[in-house]
Amino acid sequence: MQHDFLMACHECDLLHRIVGLPEGGTSICSRCGAVLAKRKRNSLDRSLALTLTGLILFAMANAYPLLEIKSGSLYQATTLMGCVEILFGAGMWHIACLVFLTAILFPLLDLLSRLYLLLPLKTNKPPWKGSSILLFIQSINPWGMMDVFMLGILVSIVKLVKMMKVIPGISLFAFVLLIFVLAGIAASFDTHMTWEKMEGDS
Amino acid sequence: MPRALTARNASMVLCHGCHLLCRIPPGGSSMEMACPRCGAALHQRKPDSIKRTWALVIAAIVFYIPAMVLPISITTTFAGSQGDTIMSGVIYFLHTGAWHIALVIFVASIMVPILKILILIYLLISVQLKSTWRPLDSTRLYRIIEVVGKWSMVDIYVITLMAALIKLGGLASFDAGPAAVYFGTMVVITMFAAMSFDPRLIWDNMEENHDSRE
Repeated sequence: MQHDFLMACHECDLLHRIVGLPEGGTSICSRCGAVLAKRKRNSLDRSLALTLTGLILFAMANAYPLLEIKSGSLYQATTLMGCVEILFGAGMWHIACLVFLTAILFPLLDLLSRLYLLLPLKTNKPPWKGSSILLFIQSINPWGMMDVFMLGILVSIVKLVKMMKVIPGISLFAFVLLIFVLAGIAASFDTHMTWEKMEGDS
Repeated sequence: MPRALTARNASMVLCHGCHLLCRIPPGGSSMEMACPRCGAALHQRKPDSIKRTWALVIAAIVFYIPAMVLPISITTTFAGSQGDTIMSGVIYFLHTGAWHIALVIFVASIMVPILKILILIYLLISVQLKSTWRPLDSTRLYRIIEVVGKWSMVDIYVITLMAALIKLGGLASFDAGPAAVYFGTMVVITMFAAMSFDPRLIWDNMEENHDSRE
């Protein structure tokens, strides 16, 4: 990584020369306070480990029932995908699509694309079509809303406990952990460094 | 105050895709250039930022009205069916003592969208009037709406989960009402609106006003 480079602020366009940014250091725009560059400690290893953990948790969160309900003698359980299917079956396909994209598909693609980039970078090989994949991650990232979905689950539980007995499933615990892991990935993945490492290939 | 040295003044342009600082060759313009690193088209500022953001803000207002007025959920029991708007849901939870739920839904579904729309209108007007009033706070407002926008989706998730679980439980029928579609669309539109606004325009005004005084 270069230690002395020119950088323009992406929020106010002011030019900065960034000199000798220490590991773990952050440089901030002197005019508007936006974060210009961050050198993250051990970024590659940490984000690779967290991405793998994230994928395992994602599989668990989707494979096991999210909530189990008991009302009288009736016992039912549903996964996240099950909820989307029920909504789709009830004719609310627009909402079903919105939930499927923001709570399932985009977070999954985000994790898989990061793994695709990080694995070759770990062995110092530039990934094939790496730039397109990284641009893709950046464009879908704002639309992954796992954390919002988590709040949605909590609100629904509080609403539903009045009507029926709600038992949190294994998936719910995987979800909670996944939120923390996703936050960890956001904190450890170094976009700037990844771009620089891929500079040679395109 | 010396004239601020921005990338544009130094005939450079920051790539929107990969944040590479690119030099514009003399006589060339950034319009027909692509970033040498990631291949994205280079733009000095987001193209047509003000026009696009205005269009999206107006669209969001149009969708906001049916999202608030129409029922967002319809509950059918033996006694008949009842539609609930977002606001009537909030009032219901306030009365039944679940004030924390009422607060979450009120903030996420009613306040955040209005706040986003108002802040964007303020930013657009202040950029168009070439205002130089407190640019730092304007930038902070912009950051707030960028971060806070997606949390409005919480109501959509709650309805999805409630509909699915109540259907499974077979107690009553719970369906998403027509407002849910308008509401979801409105949230997506406001997110696009925030993305299409370019905060650099706030700071460009500072330099232009400075130039005219020289």
